[in-house]
Amino acid sequence: MIEVKDIHKSFGEAKVLKGISTSFKPGDTNLIIGQSGAGKTVFLKSLLGLHVPEEGTIVYDGKVNKEMSIEEKRDFRQELGMVFQGSALFDSLNVEQNVIFPLKMFTKQTREAMLERANFVLKRVDLENSNKKLPSELSGGMQKRVAIARAIVMKPKYLFCDEPNSGLDPSTSILIDNLIKEITEEYQITTVINTHDMNSVMEIGDKIVFLKNGVKAWEGSSKVIFKTDNQDVVDFVYSSNLFKKVREAYLNDN
Amino acid sequence: MNYIEHVGKYFIMLGQVFKPPQRLRVFREALFREVEQLGIKSIGIISFISFFIGGVIALQTALNISDPLIPKMLIGFATKRSIILEFAPTFCSIILAGKVGSYITSSIGSMRVTEQIDALEIMGVNSLNYLVLPKIIATVFFYPFLIILGMFLGVYGGWVAGLLSNMFTEIDYIAGIQYDFDPYLIMYALIKTVIFAFIIATVPSYHGYYVQGGSLGVGKASTQSVVWTTVLIVVANYFLTQMLLT
Repeated sequence: MIEVKDIHKSFGEAKVLKGISTSFKPGDTNLIIGQSGAGKTVFLKSLLGLHVPEEGTIVYDGKVNKEMSIEEKRDFRQELGMVFQGSALFDSLNVEQNVIFPLKMFTKQTREAMLERANFVLKRVDLENSNKKLPSELSGGMQKRVAIARAIVMKPKYLFCDEPNSGLDPSTSILIDNLIKEITEEYQITTVINTHDMNSVMEIGDKIVFLKNGVKAWEGSSKVIFKTDNQDVVDFVYSSNLFKKVREAYLNDN
Repeated sequence: MNYIEHVGKYFIMLGQVFKPPQRLRVFREALFREVEQLGIKSIGIISFISFFIGGVIALQTALNISDPLIPKMLIGFATKRSIILEFAPTFCSIILAGKVGSYITSSIGSMRVTEQIDALEIMGVNSLNYLVLPKIIATVFFYPFLIILGMFLGVYGGWVAGLLSNMFTEIDYIAGIQYDFDPYLIMYALIKTVIFAFIIATVPSYHGYYVQGGSLGVGKASTQSVVWTTVLIVVANYFLTQMLLT
């Protein structure tokens, strides 16, 4: 469970986050949406601890970000998993070495135990028989799966994804979405996804937070987003003709 | 950002670099990887250039000694001194600044722009320590061997040039090499090499780690790092020579 309480973040004169409060439950797929420049990335980086808000607190299962010591922060980072927009796999390491890396760095497991765990998570993301391939030899979708495997190999309590669908074809996007959703439910992870993908919003959004100009303009689930009368959300989510028609059809049927 | 800010940021970076490795086995693997990338893969270019430059120095010296009163053994002596004092430690370091410096900046810079460094930080890894410390250890400990190899091959190249050109005899050349041999000069060359190796590892790392922009930024940073590494080697060479030899 992550509770965000009235966080503010500025860069010089620019106020990027202006008092955001919300909460994210374990087992839920939480989506952050909003236009470019709305503050999504800064919000996600604040959740990750890469930015420190000037005001407000973030509480991770009772642990307050501002009250953690350096050692607690170091230990806490091992509870985080992150899937980057561009996968951010280590170029010089093959798939297996990428996935094993956090285990090597933070555990004292034997090589056999690490390999077993790596193979387990690679199997979980449907990526077997690619252990010895370098990231450059993989497709975009496969790279995302390796990134997910690396993010979950340490059994994180919190999973953060920055635009996990960017650059992927629609069918691969759906596969990645479903994979993240399944893993979130299976391991009861608190997952927060920063996305522009409206398919993801409709398909996996257990909770959706819409940011506009650094403030939370709306929150709800994919079930209620069709019915919302918040004009900002309607303008953003249903900006394409296809989604407008889908929404009209839904509203007519209900 | 002005030069003083860059210098300050460079030393702050070194403060993060010189911390105990978080996991020794990971550090050891990274160190071996760097020894291969930065050291072993440089043996070819250093050997090739040292051999031919040694030959050229010997030939140039022979061509410029026309006075019959000057002993021919001076060719071997001058070749040895030129190679040990300047060519091997300084010239080879400048070559390495180009080859290895651009590699370090582009590899770390690419990691920065593709968020690999962010990934390390989010995992809780001290990215500067993980990325830069193995490079410093690898260069500082391996480059003296590389420079000794350069010295040997440079002197050998001069000998081969003499044999092929008949401009001086083998006996004269070997006598020149043996004449007035001062082991301190080798020590002087190795002290310089260690300091140049440190510059070669850290200055390009700084440029790569703090790169801004995309791939164009990485390209610019690589060029800047080679320029600054070369400038620092040349300046450090002047001061080291004054400190160690005068």
